[in-house]
Amino acid sequence: MLQISGVSKRFEGGRGASVAALERVDLAVARGEIVSLVGTSGCGKSTLLRIVGGLDPPTTGRVRVAGRAVAGPSPDVGFIFQEPRLMPWLSVRQNAEFGLASLPREERALRSEAALTRVGLAAFADALPHHLSGGMAQRAAIARALVTRPSVLLLDEPFSALDAFTRISLQDHLLDIWREDRKTMLFVTHDIEEALVLSDRILVMRGRPGSVYREYAIDLPRPRRRADPFLIGLKESILDDLDLAAAALMAAGL
Amino acid sequence: MTVERHPSETPSGVRRFAAPFRYLRLVAPLPIGRDAEWAVPEEAPDERLRAPRRRVLPRHAAVGFIIPLLILIAWEAACRSGLAPRNLLPAPSAVLGALYDLARRGELLGHIGITLFRVFFGFLLGTIVGTVLGALTGYSSWWRRLLDPMLQALQNVPSIAWVPLFILWLGIFEASKVTLIAVGVFFPVYLNLMSGIQQVDRKLVEVGRIYGYSGFALVWRVLLPATLPFYVTGLRGGLGLGWMFVLAAEFMGASEGLGYLLIDGEQTGRPQIIIASILLFALLGKLSDLALVSVARHYTGWQDSFRAASEKQADVADQRRLETL
Ligand SMILES: Nc1ncnc2c1ncn2[C@@H]1O[C@H](COP(=O)(O)OP(=O)(O)O)[C@@H](O)[C@H]1O
Ligand SMILES: [Mg+2]
Repeated sequence: MLQISGVSKRFEGGRGASVAALERVDLAVARGEIVSLVGTSGCGKSTLLRIVGGLDPPTTGRVRVAGRAVAGPSPDVGFIFQEPRLMPWLSVRQNAEFGLASLPREERALRSEAALTRVGLAAFADALPHHLSGGMAQRAAIARALVTRPSVLLLDEPFSALDAFTRISLQDHLLDIWREDRKTMLFVTHDIEEALVLSDRILVMRGRPGSVYREYAIDLPRPRRRADPFLIGLKESILDDLDLAAAALMAAGL
Repeated sequence: MTVERHPSETPSGVRRFAAPFRYLRLVAPLPIGRDAEWAVPEEAPDERLRAPRRRVLPRHAAVGFIIPLLILIAWEAACRSGLAPRNLLPAPSAVLGALYDLARRGELLGHIGITLFRVFFGFLLGTIVGTVLGALTGYSSWWRRLLDPMLQALQNVPSIAWVPLFILWLGIFEASKVTLIAVGVFFPVYLNLMSGIQQVDRKLVEVGRIYGYSGFALVWRVLLPATLPFYVTGLRGGLGLGWMFVLAAEFMGASEGLGYLLIDGEQTGRPQIIIASILLFALLGKLSDLALVSVARHYTGWQDSFRAASEKQADVADQRRLETL
């Protein structure tokens, strides 16, 4: 469904300065798979996601979604950011319909109605974003991403700004959505537990420039118990990976 | 669906003690033993640390009339008792009388009408040019580098300085006056629109790109609505300057209008006429601003902070106004 091959990214700064953000990342995600990227901050997770979403071009390498090369944002790929990024002047419903401008009005209304019901916001359709709590706003953003019926969802730390209770409820919610039509998801997080509960595979990224350091496959059925001994063992192991990464950074004088 | 709380009441994660507690109580009895120290009853708060209680004062908009009214009464009393020299400071009743006289002779509406006409068309012209150039320099840094330094320099030219030039170029009739007013209106509209466009949240623009908007659609769906509050601030500042500049225009070579009335009052030694035109300027300026704001609120009602923010920026506009004159 999603092929990332040999993707590197350098950001050119002024006066010849440049930052290497990604180094030769290869990754394939199957249809319906949930893959998490974890890693210390600055190792290029967002950069990778933005390249997959067509927001930034890679310096080298190629990304294919459903067999087609990515050349820019596409309705087939939904993007959910850390912040809800709702248009403050539009109601929740209008925000949900934001990506549907090319459809006739009745179709827009049907789709936004369905998406808002799905995220439990139907009763707030006419509210303005600043009347919503953080969790509700993020659910509105999920609804906006769902209405265009993308087959791939890219999520960049979507729940990290929320309190622990809301975060857990939204993780469950995301799994409910996944169960309905098995969207392919690439999920960036720095919450290892979140990655363990949600993903089929966890990729640990590290380094500057960042690359994929290790891969964990999790074959447990969902929903998963957070206290599952196997998951707790995995968490230890991932933490070790990340500590190593930090030590390596220190040794490199960064 | 889980119960959501508004962020203001939501405990921010696990760091705070009191917050997880609220949840614990739902499922478990109060902690005992070691954890019981968590349950120590809150000490009575120090009264001195309490926020001072708010005084109950009337909040109605009518309170704005209290002080002007008191001044009017004191003023009238001072004039009647002979405390103030009547030939320099006429009583409010005398000012009203002068206004009534003008109205009865049919001159008042003419003066008001022609001034409104000038301000309206000056405002229109200045707004159009300010909008076009502000949009251009806001969106494109190339245009900004090309135009902005020159325009910022011209902004510092005092309004009166333009008058002889415009009279020379455009004659002493309406064209030169409307142009002068337009110059005043132009700058706040231009500056606020330009900086408003530059300040649009890049993250919202990115959302627009994700859903396939570009070019005109991106401007229409994201940039324009996000800029509107700044634009309204610019329009309000421009309208205020329009009222300043109409005075400058009518000081020179006008035979009608509130500015002319004011000068006429001075030259014929009628202070009540001077004060009457000052009051009319204040009244019309305020009314036109109110009209603008009530139209704008229809489009910018979404922004809670709109009034606070635009009030702050209006202060900046006021300062600029002082510098310009
Ligand atoms: N637009 C940009 N311009 C320059 N450098 C950038 C830009 N975006 C990211 N970087 C750099 O690339 C590296 C990876 O950033 P990012 O992908 O945001 O990391 P992460 O999401 O893993 O925290 C960082 O060193 C960051 O400073
Ligand atoms: Mg990031």
